Amino acid sequence: MTKGNLTRRGVLKTGAVAGAGLTLPTYLRAQDSGFTNAPTGSTVTLGFNVPQSGPYAEEGADELRAYELAVEHLNGEGDGGMMNTFSSKALKGNGILGKKVEYVTGDTQTKSDAARASAKSMIEKDGAVMITGGSSSGVAVAVQALCQEAGVIFMAGLTHSNDTTGKDKKANGFRHFFNSYMSGAALAPVLAANYGKDRKAYHLTADYNWGYTTEEAVKSSTEAMGWETVGTVLTPLTQTDFSSYITPVLQSDADVLVLNHYGGNMVNSLTNAVQFGLRDRMVNGKQFEIVVPLYSRLMAKGAGENVKGIFGSTNWHWSLQDEGSQAFVKSFGTKYGFPPSQAAHTCYVQALLYADAVERAGSFAPCAVVEALEGFEFDGMGNGPTLYRAEDHQCFKDVLVVKGKENPESEFDLLEIVEVTPVDQVKYAPDHPQFAGGALGTCNNGA
Amino acid sequence: MFGLNRKDATLLAIVAALIVFAPFILNPFPAESGWAQFNAGYPDLMQRFVIFGIFAIGFNILFGLTGYLSFGHAAFLGVGSYAAVWMFKLLSMNVIPAIILAVITAGLFALVIGYVSLRRSGIYFSILTLAFAQMSFALAYSVLTPITGGETGLQLALDDPRILDAAAAGGNIPVPSLFGMEMRDSVDLTFGAWVFTFNFGYYFCGLVMLIAFYLSIRIFRSPFGMMLRAVKSNQQRLNYTGLNPRPYTLAAFVISGMYAGLAGGLMASMDPLAGAERMFWTASGEVVLMTILGGVGTLIGPVLGAGMIKYMENIISKINSDILHTWFAFLPDGLEDVVVGLIYPFIGKGWHLTLGIVFMLVVIFLPGGLVQGGQKIAAVFRRRSANAGGAEAEAAKQNPAE
Repeated sequence: MTKGNLTRRGVLKTGAVAGAGLTLPTYLRAQDSGFTNAPTGSTVTLGFNVPQSGPYAEEGADELRAYELAVEHLNGEGDGGMMNTFSSKALKGNGILGKKVEYVTGDTQTKSDAARASAKSMIEKDGAVMITGGSSSGVAVAVQALCQEAGVIFMAGLTHSNDTTGKDKKANGFRHFFNSYMSGAALAPVLAANYGKDRKAYHLTADYNWGYTTEEAVKSSTEAMGWETVGTVLTPLTQTDFSSYITPVLQSDADVLVLNHYGGNMVNSLTNAVQFGLRDRMVNGKQFEIVVPLYSRLMAKGAGENVKGIFGSTNWHWSLQDEGSQAFVKSFGTKYGFPPSQAAHTCYVQALLYADAVERAGSFAPCAVVEALEGFEFDGMGNGPTLYRAEDHQCFKDVLVVKGKENPESEFDLLEIVEVTPVDQVKYAPDHPQFAGGALGTCNNGA
Repeated sequence: MFGLNRKDATLLAIVAALIVFAPFILNPFPAESGWAQFNAGYPDLMQRFVIFGIFAIGFNILFGLTGYLSFGHAAFLGVGSYAAVWMFKLLSMNVIPAIILAVITAGLFALVIGYVSLRRSGIYFSILTLAFAQMSFALAYSVLTPITGGETGLQLALDDPRILDAAAAGGNIPVPSLFGMEMRDSVDLTFGAWVFTFNFGYYFCGLVMLIAFYLSIRIFRSPFGMMLRAVKSNQQRLNYTGLNPRPYTLAAFVISGMYAGLAGGLMASMDPLAGAERMFWTASGEVVLMTILGGVGTLIGPVLGAGMIKYMENIISKINSDILHTWFAFLPDGLEDVVVGLIYPFIGKGWHLTLGIVFMLVVIFLPGGLVQGGQKIAAVFRRRSANAGGAEAEAAKQNPAE
């Protein structure tokens, strides 16, 4: 029984360590400073959690470029970009609170689980004090909840669903990007002006959370304008051929098709719709029209010719002429050789906003940062005067209504701005039905 | 001891030691050194190692013993997670009821799917299980959104009932715990430049895995296990001897589904969120990879395979080009760029590529998985140390991988 002894020892060891684990005081998370991952040395680590593989990998790559640029500017390298046009002058180009900014990156794979694993490793292993990034609402909501639990700040990247700052809002999470409601509110007047007020709309909606909130937002905004919704059909997210969903549109008496699709879904559904000749159709004596609520340059690129003249909304576009946008496009273009996407813009701005909030608060402690960001008003970041609302941590700013350009001059010049919808028109009450449920809770320092 | 023979008892002891000392073994590099990048001893990854180890052990009971290749095992993991999160929402943040419900739900789910799928064998069985899993995924992603949370996943909320718990103090959602001991509690131990983290959740998972591993040894050595092996080696002969293999295969399927449910429940206990992606077919494929990489039909193989894949997913994928540049900064500029350019496709988002190459190498050169590799190395040492004991080495070689 010599081997038997070994087993007994093993069991005893297990017991002893488990016992020790139970009896030891649990003080790790508190640390001395009172919050998770307080930076102690001369550097501070930020976590950039973006999709590097999967359907939104291209957007993720652009987000990462923007973050690298932001770190450069924060550390006082490069031309400073939007730091020069930003209305708050707390940032001095010597890192954050004098600590040099370092970063770690991770791959969300556009899956909640993988994104959380990646964020957890940044928090537990690399000591990141803030997590930012992401290109899907599912991921944003999942990582935001994780950061709330762990006691670090989450600065959302590209996430458009109402829920991120609606029913799933969290005190430690902040969103600069606009949302479904704002898209609907900005689009409806432009649509009414261009297509008239007695239209019959047919919705094709991607069958997941973002699709639902977008459909609801566009439907209620257009119906308020006098439109009628004749049909809403859910399409599976993995669908690549939408022919079978387009045929019923031809048989209905709808004269507008709203495609609540994003990414590859939208590229395919729009291409199918155009192939079926929807855009040459006349219904009820009116020209048939197609609308895409959320546009991105990468989608416009994918759909090619088919986007020409189609209306949609976007958070930011590089052709904006204000000082902030121009400074950003210039430094991004100098470094990478092409203009940034809206995903890159929102991520860059989020990184700067976080750094600025820390400077103003004088501390990295999440609760101090939350306090500094809540109700913060700023300008010079490309979207005009902007407010970080305290009630739901959502940014309120102008929304761009765009349409596919008829005569693009380059592969990046695909969208043209139709109207800049002023912020007052897209504002809503924090307890608006589309955002009801959920609570911010209180900020968590993780101590 | 525990009704095990000497060899199995040793194996169990080794696994126990590995679990206990994992925080040391996985953190071989000082925290401030450049090599710290390769440290895997942080709570989240260690928890993943053991949880996926449990998942793979369970999968191996079905695939390794009966030879039925289920391509939809992630569905049970997902169902277990959802069940556990619902327990957190409705009953209590204590992990015990959550894990129990997770195992039961996954078991019932496996009973239904197994009853239908096991009417066919071979590729048809695989396709059936795959179809069921994809169906579950699609349902969880969209139609069942009220129950599963859809795309954003099922999460805890401040206003959940949690009827057994006292009302949460403050504005934060309580975290899963075992009778008051929070799963995320950790203790840091500093030895000079080294930092080792001991996490309560990890040791809890480790204990569960040890029990799961022990049960799997007992199943492998039992008459029931023998019947399952008979199914694998020749099902027709079994039929002709008058035995009906279906109850055995169904039992194996349900047990393996319950293991997956246990893994799902633990996953939700460590991180209270259940997403539909857990049920996606790639997740089912991953556990097949883990088992084959480690060694099909061996006891410890699946655990090693699970560790290997999770390590690559979490460590290799986090190396970015900046880190590479700092590693090779000592080289002349032009050469540095060339070296970085050569390695870059295999790190970061290219970790799948590295995993694919490793998988191919293992399948081509070590068809018995990592376990076979270990045996080969052991055989070399044994031959060297005792060239007189040739007969014993021969016998060891002929033993099937265990």
